[in-house]
Amino acid sequence: MINPLRSEEDAFRFTVIVAVLFAPIALAAIVFGSGVALGVAGGLAFGLVFALVVMREDRRPQRAQLRGRARDGGRRILVVANETLSGAALRDEVEHRAAGEDAEVFVVCPALNTKLRHWTSDDDGARAEASARLQAILDRLDRAGYRATGDIGEDDPVQAMEDALRVFPADEVIVSTHPPGRSNWLERNVVGRARERFEVPITHVVVDLEREPGPLR
Amino acid sequence: MESAAITHGHAHAAHPPEANRSSRIDPQLLGVLLFIVSEAMLFGSFFTAYFFIRVVGNEPWPPEPFAFPVHVALMNTIILVSSSFTVHYALRSIQRGNRRGLQAGLAITFLMGVTFLATQINEYFKAGFSIHDGAFASVFYGLTGLHGAHVFVGLTLLAIMNIRTLRGHFTPDAHMGVEAAGIYWHFVDVMWIIVFTTVYVL
Repeated sequence: MINPLRSEEDAFRFTVIVAVLFAPIALAAIVFGSGVALGVAGGLAFGLVFALVVMREDRRPQRAQLRGRARDGGRRILVVANETLSGAALRDEVEHRAAGEDAEVFVVCPALNTKLRHWTSDDDGARAEASARLQAILDRLDRAGYRATGDIGEDDPVQAMEDALRVFPADEVIVSTHPPGRSNWLERNVVGRARERFEVPITHVVVDLEREPGPLR
Repeated sequence: MESAAITHGHAHAAHPPEANRSSRIDPQLLGVLLFIVSEAMLFGSFFTAYFFIRVVGNEPWPPEPFAFPVHVALMNTIILVSSSFTVHYALRSIQRGNRRGLQAGLAITFLMGVTFLATQINEYFKAGFSIHDGAFASVFYGLTGLHGAHVFVGLTLLAIMNIRTLRGHFTPDAHMGVEAAGIYWHFVDVMWIIVFTTVYVL
């Protein structure tokens, strides 16, 4: 959920909207009495809900305002994955993308959690699991000779991606998911939303852990 | 996201992990907003009492022979809503590097706030009823008094911001104090719009 009040500018806009909405109610109460004012308030409330529903349907996804990266060296690749971090397909894709270049890889592992645990702030387990997966892939990338760093991200992968892009302006993003039907991220259209939100090229890698031969070395 | 990224080989530091931080919002601003949310809940409890009295009592509001000074309150509303524009102007000014605009905006906002509070206090003396004159009076003084206390807090913040501005604080890149005070002032403004509409005219 995006907080609509994130700055003084937002708060000011909200104040003006409240003033504009309440002005006809107050005017109706002063001129015609409380009954008419309540009718106006009801009508405005209905209109507001209707407008919000229509605006929500029509609203096009906003592009994230991210700073561009300075052209100061090798390729920068952002990898976003969680359970599929151990997948061979993802490793192959990273190596393919980074081959022959002085590549720098930043891996983001969203700390996936249940709704109940999220709302009760019980995310230690999810973060520990994400940290273990992250450390494993960083070890592998390090052994393969890449400059790799990483971080644990928000449980919303698109938000985690945006957070990472703010500190690591990448040339491209690789998003790894389970196959369709098993992937919660695909169910939530994470890849599509990310492509709408970010201008950076995004590659989607499907990792089928059930078909892979075994733990990667 | 954690501010300190895990670098290879340093994933398990001995010290506790840094607080999880999303880039969606500045943490200081988030603190201000959470504080305002708690304040909105406080106002919500007072409004609950107000609506309970109005609905359960089902009597004229205010009861005869009392009357609220609606026109004075309307003038106060115009003053307070206008002050939201001036504080917004102050912030926009410092964002553009206009220090004089910041000083003027904050000073005018402060004066408007003082005018509002002075008018409110004057209104109390001339209201013709006291807090002991029934539930309606308790609710009236409770809600408007609670709001007045918030205006006082807002004025304190604005006074501090005025002093800091005169001492040369704040730049186009660093003006969190004005931003936080501005958000709080807008909150006070919104609450008054609701108080005025519900208590005075509905």
